[in-house]
Parts: sequence; structure tokens; C-alpha cells
Amino acid sequence: MENIEQRVKKIVAEQLGVPETDVKIDSSFVNDLGADSLDTVELVMALEEEFECEIPDEDAEKITTVQQAVDYVNAHLNK
Amino acid sequence: MSLQGKVALVTGASRGIGQAIALELARMGAIVVGTATSDSGAEAISAYMKEAGATGAGKRLNVTEEGACDAIVADIEKEFGAIAILVNNAGITRDNLLMRMKDEEWDAIMDTNLKPVYKLSKAVMRNMMKARWGRIINIASVVGATGNAGQTNYSAAKAALFGFTKSLAKEIGSRGVTVNAVAPGFIDTDMTRGLPDEQKAHLIANIALGRLGDAQDIADAVGFLASDKAAYITGNTIHVNGGMFMN
Repeated sequence: MENIEQRVKKIVAEQLGVPETDVKIDSSFVNDLGADSLDTVELVMALEEEFECEIPDEDAEKITTVQQAVDYVNAHLNK
Repeated sequence: MSLQGKVALVTGASRGIGQAIALELARMGAIVVGTATSDSGAEAISAYMKEAGATGAGKRLNVTEEGACDAIVADIEKEFGAIAILVNNAGITRDNLLMRMKDEEWDAIMDTNLKPVYKLSKAVMRNMMKARWGRIINIASVVGATGNAGQTNYSAAKAALFGFTKSLAKEIGSRGVTVNAVAPGFIDTDMTRGLPDEQKAHLIANIALGRLGDAQDIADAVGFLASDKAAYITGNTIHVNGGMFMN
């Protein structure tokens, strides 16, 4: 099983159409990876599916970097 | 123009324009769920769908009930699969001169003709975006463009659909989802049958084609917009009004 960081990075790369090697832990979806606001909405949808959870809008809006996505998943899934 | 296997939701489908749209989409191969505000209306939809040999069902939806729009989308997607085509057709009139208009009349129009367009579009978007294919078709009205004395509430809500259609089209165009409106003129339905003859004669005098439209005229435009032939049309309105208003 891949760890959460790898899984998140893979989804980010797929969703934003960038090479996985460009996705760093501190990458910002918008500033570094060229995402627009709709891309970030879709990215959250993809994360919800991968990790079988529902991310409320208030939380989704705060997920703007790979690190934040990994942190969110860690905080909400391993309970 | 095949919609084979695509799931379509048509609100206000128990009669008139909504019924013609539901049957047209079914003829094109879609699985069609039509909604009505009452159980008997829903049953009537199921009955005419069955009679036409169409796949689909009638369901009860009171768009003004809290949570009803989200619930019916979830329900349909569970039973038939992701909704690919949404036709926001449900609508009512509460005509009155503005001087005499009651808050209830204003609110009833906004709650029934406008808010559910927002609620349902939002509810179906996710799966349309994921599929990279979707059609949202809003049934507006010629009076949203021309205005009509006694219909400030109705024409305001219908005009709002034009703005909604354009903005949402810009938001999700990149995901293969088109959002368009069809603006019927005076169509021969229960809604217009209630008009006095004198008013009707006056109306017809202002229609280039010299007659009221048929519900099928609207259904044909909706069928076209739903099809792949209209893949490059978004954010627009097709006026189907016999030439009573030319955009």
C-alpha cells in the first residue's frame, strides 16, 4: 500500500495534468501547478473518492497545497 | 441524434411542454425521469412513458421543499445512474400588477421558477464534470426578454435564467458541460389556454407565423441542445416563438 503522501501526489498529478515529479510536498495547486478554481474543486472531489470521505466546503477551501491535503487526510482518516 | 442510455431529468413533466420534452428525450434513447408535484402527476408520467415504450419513470418532486432537490438527484442516480441531462422546466405563474402584487406571489415565483434551477444544477454538476459531458437546459420564456405587463415576478425570474445560464456555461464549459436556455413564446398549453380570447387574438396578431406554438416545437429545440449536434453551443438561448420576438 502506498502511503498517503504518494497517493495524494498521484491524484494531484492526474487531476492537474502535470508530471508526478513536479508535484512536491509544498506545491501550491494554484501558484505552482497552474490549477484554476474549478480544478481545485475537482481535485477535492477526486480526494474524496480516493479516500472515501466527504470533505465539507469550509475545509475544502483551506486545502491549497499538497501538504495541506496530506495533513487533512491524515487528520480525518486515521481516526 | 442519439442519447442512448443517458439519464435525463425533466422537472414539471406531467403535462404541456415538460411532457413533450420528456417524450422527445425518451425517443432519442434517453432514460427519462420526469417530475410532478403530486403523486398522481408522477403516476401519470410513468403511465405515458410506459405507453410510449420509453425507459424511465415519474417521480414526485416539490421543488420548494427543503432538501427535495438534492434528495431526488441522489435517488435518481442510485436507481438509474448519473444524470447527464437536466431540463429545468418546472414553472408556475402568479400574475398580478405590481401595485397589487403580494409578497406570496413574488416569493412563490422565485421559489418555484428560479431557486430550484440553482439547486438542481448544483446537484447534478459533479457527475457531469466527472463524465466530461453534460447538458443543462433551462426553459425560460419570451417574456424574460420582452417583459409583459402583469408578470413582473415571472419575467424577472425568467430573465434571471439567462444570466444564470451564461455564468454557469462559463464556469463549466471546460469540462464538456453545456448550459443553454430555450425561451418559448406563446405555446398552446394549459398555462396559455387560460388567457381570454381577446388577449389571445391580440397576441397572435404579433406572431410572424400567425399561430401559437406547439409543445413539440419546444421539445425539438431541447432535443437538439441535448444532442451531440449542439456540442459547440453554450451559454445561449434558442428563442422558439414564431417570430413574436426576434433577438
